[in-house]
Amino acid sequence: MEQESIINYKPLKLSGFEAVTITPASNFVNIGERTNVTGSTKFLKLIKEDKFDEALEVALEQVRGGAQVIDVNMDEGMLDSKSAMVKFLNLMASEPEIAAVPVMIDSSKWEVIEAGLKCLQGKGIVNSISLKGGEEEFIRQAKLVKRYGAAAVVMAFDENGQADTYEKRISICERAYKVLTEKVKFAPEDIIFDPNIFPVATGIEEHRNYALDFFNAAKWIRENLPNVHVSGGVSNVSFSFRGNQLVREAMHSAFLFHAIKNGMDMGIVNPSMLEVYDEIPKDLLERVEDVLLNRREDATERLLEFAETVKGASKKKEADDEWRKGTVEERINHALVKGIVDFIETDTEEARKKYERPLHVIEGPLMDGMNIVGDLFGSGKMFLPQVVKSARVMKKSVAYLTPFLEEEKRKTGVTGKSNAKILLATVKGDVHDIGKNIVGVVLACNNYEVVDLGVMVPAEKIIETAKKEKVDVVGLSGLITPSLDEMVHVAKEMQHEKLNLPLLIGGATTSRIHTAVKIDPVYEGPVVYVLDASRSVPITSELVNKATRNSFQEKTKKEYADMRKDHEGRQQLKSYISIKDARANKVKIDWAQQEIFKPTFLGRKTFVNYPLEEIAKYIDWTPFFQTWMLAGRYPKIFEDQVVGQEARKLFDDAQKMLAQIIADNSLQACGVVAFHPCNSIDEDDVQLFDESGNKIETLHFLRQQNKKAQNLPNFCFADYIAPQSLGKRDYIGLFAVTAGIGLEKLISKYKSEHDDYSEIMAKAMADRLAEAFAELLHEKVRKELWSYATQEKLSNDELISEKYKGIRPAPGYPACPDHTEKKTIFELLKADDVGIKLTESFAMYPAAAVSGYYFSHPDSKYFGLGKIEKDQITEYAQRKNLSVEEVERWLAQNLSY
Amino acid sequence: MNIEDILKERIMVLDGAMGTMIQRHRLEEKDFRNDQLKDHPHPLKGNNDLLSITRPDIIKDIHKQYFEAGADIAETNTFSSTSVAQADYRLEHLVYELNYAGAKIAREVADDFTKREPSKPRFVAGSMGPTTKLASMSPDVNNPGYRAITFDQLVVAFKEQAKGLLDGGVDLLLIETITDTLNAKAALFAIQELFDETGKQVPIMISGTITDASGRILSGQTAEAFLISVSHAPLLSIGLNCALGASALRPYLQVLNEKASFFVSAHPNAGLPNEFGQYDQGPDDMASQIEEFLKEGLVNIIGGCCGSTPDHIKKIADLAKKYEPRKASEPIVNR
Repeated sequence: MEQESIINYKPLKLSGFEAVTITPASNFVNIGERTNVTGSTKFLKLIKEDKFDEALEVALEQVRGGAQVIDVNMDEGMLDSKSAMVKFLNLMASEPEIAAVPVMIDSSKWEVIEAGLKCLQGKGIVNSISLKGGEEEFIRQAKLVKRYGAAAVVMAFDENGQADTYEKRISICERAYKVLTEKVKFAPEDIIFDPNIFPVATGIEEHRNYALDFFNAAKWIRENLPNVHVSGGVSNVSFSFRGNQLVREAMHSAFLFHAIKNGMDMGIVNPSMLEVYDEIPKDLLERVEDVLLNRREDATERLLEFAETVKGASKKKEADDEWRKGTVEERINHALVKGIVDFIETDTEEARKKYERPLHVIEGPLMDGMNIVGDLFGSGKMFLPQVVKSARVMKKSVAYLTPFLEEEKRKTGVTGKSNAKILLATVKGDVHDIGKNIVGVVLACNNYEVVDLGVMVPAEKIIETAKKEKVDVVGLSGLITPSLDEMVHVAKEMQHEKLNLPLLIGGATTSRIHTAVKIDPVYEGPVVYVLDASRSVPITSELVNKATRNSFQEKTKKEYADMRKDHEGRQQLKSYISIKDARANKVKIDWAQQEIFKPTFLGRKTFVNYPLEEIAKYIDWTPFFQTWMLAGRYPKIFEDQVVGQEARKLFDDAQKMLAQIIADNSLQACGVVAFHPCNSIDEDDVQLFDESGNKIETLHFLRQQNKKAQNLPNFCFADYIAPQSLGKRDYIGLFAVTAGIGLEKLISKYKSEHDDYSEIMAKAMADRLAEAFAELLHEKVRKELWSYATQEKLSNDELISEKYKGIRPAPGYPACPDHTEKKTIFELLKADDVGIKLTESFAMYPAAAVSGYYFSHPDSKYFGLGKIEKDQITEYAQRKNLSVEEVERWLAQNLSY
Repeated sequence: MNIEDILKERIMVLDGAMGTMIQRHRLEEKDFRNDQLKDHPHPLKGNNDLLSITRPDIIKDIHKQYFEAGADIAETNTFSSTSVAQADYRLEHLVYELNYAGAKIAREVADDFTKREPSKPRFVAGSMGPTTKLASMSPDVNNPGYRAITFDQLVVAFKEQAKGLLDGGVDLLLIETITDTLNAKAALFAIQELFDETGKQVPIMISGTITDASGRILSGQTAEAFLISVSHAPLLSIGLNCALGASALRPYLQVLNEKASFFVSAHPNAGLPNEFGQYDQGPDDMASQIEEFLKEGLVNIIGGCCGSTPDHIKKIADLAKKYEPRKASEPIVNR
C-alpha cells in the first residue's frame, strides 16, 4: 500500500501552449471537470444557449483555480456534440491563459473525439477508448489517437461490459495494455487506465467492495503494467449521498487518499467538492473509511445514520416513538419515508380493517407514502439506500396483504392478479441499473409483475421477451449518453415489429425533450418519459388501464408533437449549411412510385353563405377556452377543479350565442378554393400552369438551413410537389375562407350596449367558425373536390389532431413565414369576390379568416423553418424580384445573421 | 550509408537559403513560364518553386554550390509546393509536378557528388513549408473561433506534396519553419498515412520557428510544448530554423538539447533582415555565433536559413568538422 511499491515510471508529457510533465513528484493531477455538459448544468445551459463566451469563462476559472488539464465534454442528446466540441476547442485556443493547459477530449462518441483531436495543436488526452466494441475497433481508435498525437484514458470495459470486480478490472487492463503496447506500439506512459469508480454505500450488497476493488486494481496496474497511469471520476463514489455536501466531500477526500496511496495519479475532481483529509471529523472519517474499505457489515447503515445527523441535528430528538401516536395513514407514511419496518405489519393490518378492500390499502396510504419518497429522492433530499429501505417496508406491507388479495380473488375472481406485466431493461451498451432497479421495486410494490432483463440488453432480446412473456409495458433505462441513441434504436425495432406496447423511457440522461424529439416520432405506440421512479406508477396505471390508455396516449403524443414543433423552431447551436447543401438534403420522395391525384376541377370554386350549422360541428373548442384564459382541454376542462365551473358557464353562453347567430344568419361564411396544375422547379419554387399548360404564377418557398442530424431532411414545402423533371404534372390547392362577414354589424350592437362580454364572445365565435370552416372545407377537398382520400372517416377529435393526409399551411406559418406570398394566393383565388381582402401588411380582413395552400402528398407535414442564411435570402430575393433589404425585412425573424 | 549512423558520428551540414540565391539571378516573369504556362492568367514571378520546372538549370546550380561548400543535405526547392500555397498563383494543379521535379533535380546533383566522393554521401531532404494558412489560429481578431483552414484540408495538401517528393526520390522529409504546431501535426499525419499506403518510409525531420524573444512559435507554444506535441511521430530530428539569428536561437536549442529524444537540428537566419529586407550578417559573423552551439554540443545537424549563402555554409561546414555531435541525455530512440 505504500508509495515505494510503485516502481516503473516514465513521465506523461502533455502540452497546451506550455509543457506539462507528470512525474511522481506531481503527486496528483487535477483535471478540471466544470466544462462538461454531463457534469455541470450551468455549463450545459451556456452551451445550449450558445453563450460560448461565458462558457469560456468557466474554463478560465478552472485554470485559475489550478486545474492542470481541462476536461471538455459535449455529450448531450440534444446537442450537436461534434460541432459544439470543435467550436469550444477553437475558442479555447484563442485564449492564451486557457490554451496554456492541455485538453482532455471527453466523449463517448469516437467521431466527436476525432473532430476534437483535429483542433489541438498541443498533446491532449482522449477520454476514452476501451475494448467495449471489440479489439479491432480498439486498435483502430488507438492507432488514430497515436497518429493525432494524444494520450488516452482507457476504460476497464470490454465486450462483456464494465469491470466491476477486482479480477475483471485487472484482466481487462492487462489485455488492453498488451494490445496497446504490442500491436499498436502505443507509448505506455501515454496510457491512463480508468478502472471504474462506482458508488458505494448504496445499500446493495454487491456494491460493498467497489472502492476497495478499485484501490487494489490501481495498485496492481501500477505494479504490473509498466509506466502507465491511473485515473478516475472521483465524484461517482459518493453518488448515493447526493445533496449531502459534508459527507460527499469527506468521501472524496478519503477515497483520493487511499487511491493515491495505491497508485492513482490523475483524477477528475471538482476541487470545491473536496475536504482536506486531515480535517474530516474523526467519527465521520472512520465511518467513511469503513465504507470505502468495507471494514464492517453495518458500515453503510452507520454512515447513513451519521449523514442524517449532519443533515439536521435538531431533528434528532424526533427519533422516539412520538410518531406512533398519529393516524394509521400517518404512521404508514412515516414508516415508509423513514424506512422503519418494525411496525409495518401491525399498521397494515389496521389499515386493512379500515379499508373496504386490501387493494385499497396499496392504492391509498402505501402509494401516498411512496409518492413522498419518490419526491424526496427526486429532489435529492433522500438518499438511495433510504429509498431501498422504504421499498423494503413497502414490500413487507404488500407481502402481508397478499394472502388477503388472493383470498379476495378466489372469492370474486376479479382482482389479486397482478395489474400488468412490465418489462424493464437497461439498454445495450449501458450498465447502470440503480434507477431501473428502483423502478422495478416501486412497480412491484404496486402489484405489477416486473420482468427485469438486467443491463446491456440488446433490442432483439427486449422484443423477444416482450412477445414471449406477453408484457403490457416496456421500460427502458440508461444513464450514459449513448444510451439515448440505443433507446431510439429499440423504439425503431419495436416499431418494425409493430409491437405497439407502451414504451417508458427513464434514466439520468433521458429527458422529456429528447423523448419527444428523438424517440416518439419513430414509434407509433405510446412513448412516455418517466421523470423518476415515483412517476412510473401513475403513468403505468394510465397506460395499462383500457379506459385511459387511448386518451393518455393521444395527450402525450400531442404534447410531444408540440414540443417537437417548438424545438424545431428554436435555434440550438448556430450551425447552418449552404442552401446548396440544404437542397441536396431535401425530402426524398420516390416520385416514380407516387400516385398523383387530379382534382375534380381546375381553377376556382366559390362558397357563399355556407350553412353555419354544418360548420359549427367542426369547431375545436379548446382554443376557445384559451382565448378566455381558461386552461384545459375540451371537454375535460369541465371537470377541472379550478376552472371547470367557469368553463361550463362560458360554454353554455357560447352555445346560446351560436344558436342565435345561426338562427338570424348574423354572420356569414364564405370561401373560395382553387386547384392548379404545377411542378416544383429549381428545387424551391412551384410553377403554376393554367389548364392549357401555360405558365402562370410562381409560388416561392423557403428551405431549412440548419444542420440536420442524420436522416433528417432540410424541409421545404416545394419538396412535396412533383418536380418538373418528372415530366408529369402535379397539383396544388389554394383556399381562403372567412366567417366574419357581418361581424362588424353584430359587435356594433354589443358595443352600443357596453356589453364587452358579448363582444369578445362574438369575435371568438367568428374566429372559431372560420377555423371550423377551414377544417370542413379541407375535409371536403380531400374527400370530394380533390378526392385523393375518398375513404377517409375521421371524428372531429381526429380532425383536430390532424390525422388526415395532406396539410394546409398558410404564408406566415413557421414553415413559410413570408407573408408576401399571400398576395399571389389571393390574386389567383380572386378572394375579393367572396369578401376577403389583404391589408398592406398582408393581414386578412375580416380578421376571422383563414387562407393557405393545400398539399396532398401523404408525407407532407408541418415544420419550423428556423433561421436561414444570407445565401438563401439573396437568392430568394432574386427569385421574387424583390430587393434583398425588403426580403430581409419580411423575414427578420428568420435571419441567421 | 545510413544517415542515423552518420549522425551518431559527426555533425551533419544542411544547406543554406534557396531564395537568397535565386534573388541573385534577377529573374523576370518569362523565367517563370514555359510553353505549358505561357497563357497562365495569373502573374507567376516570385513563385520560386516553379523554377524547378521552368529554369531547372538555376536550381541545379544552387544545389551544386551548396554541396561544393560542404553541405551533406540539400533541401529541395519545394517550400511552397502545396495546393494551399500555390493557390495564390492558381497553380494547384501543378503541385505534384513541382514536388517531383524539385526532388528529382536535387537527387541528380546529390548522386553526382556521392559518386565522386563515396566517403561523404549526400542526402536530399524534401522541404515542406507551413503553407499560407494556420489551423489553430483565426485570421480574424473579431472572430477567434474561425479557422481559415481545417486539419483535414491540410492533410490532403501535405499528402499530395509528400507523394511528389517521395516519388521524386528524396531521402528525408523536412517539415520546416513551423509557425503553427497543428499544421505540423497535419503534415505528420499525412506523411504517416502515405507511408502506410505506399509501404515506403523515410526519416522525418521537423523544425519549428520561434518568432521572437517571447520564445514561442507563432501559434503560442514554447519550444518544449512544441517538442511534446510532435513527439508521437517517428522523427529523425527536431530543430529550429528561420526568424532569428543564431545567437537568439541558442536558449531554445538548449531546451531541445535537454529534452528531446531525437537528434537536434538548427538552421538559423544570417542575422536579422535590415531595413531593405536584406540579410547582412557575413559568413564569419554567423559562423562564430554558431560555433557557440557547437561548443556546447547542442546540435547534430546545422545549416542556414534566410540570407545564408554557400560562403556561409562553407564556414559552418569547416567548423562542424571540429566539434563532436550532441549526445542526447536520454537515449535517442525512434519509435
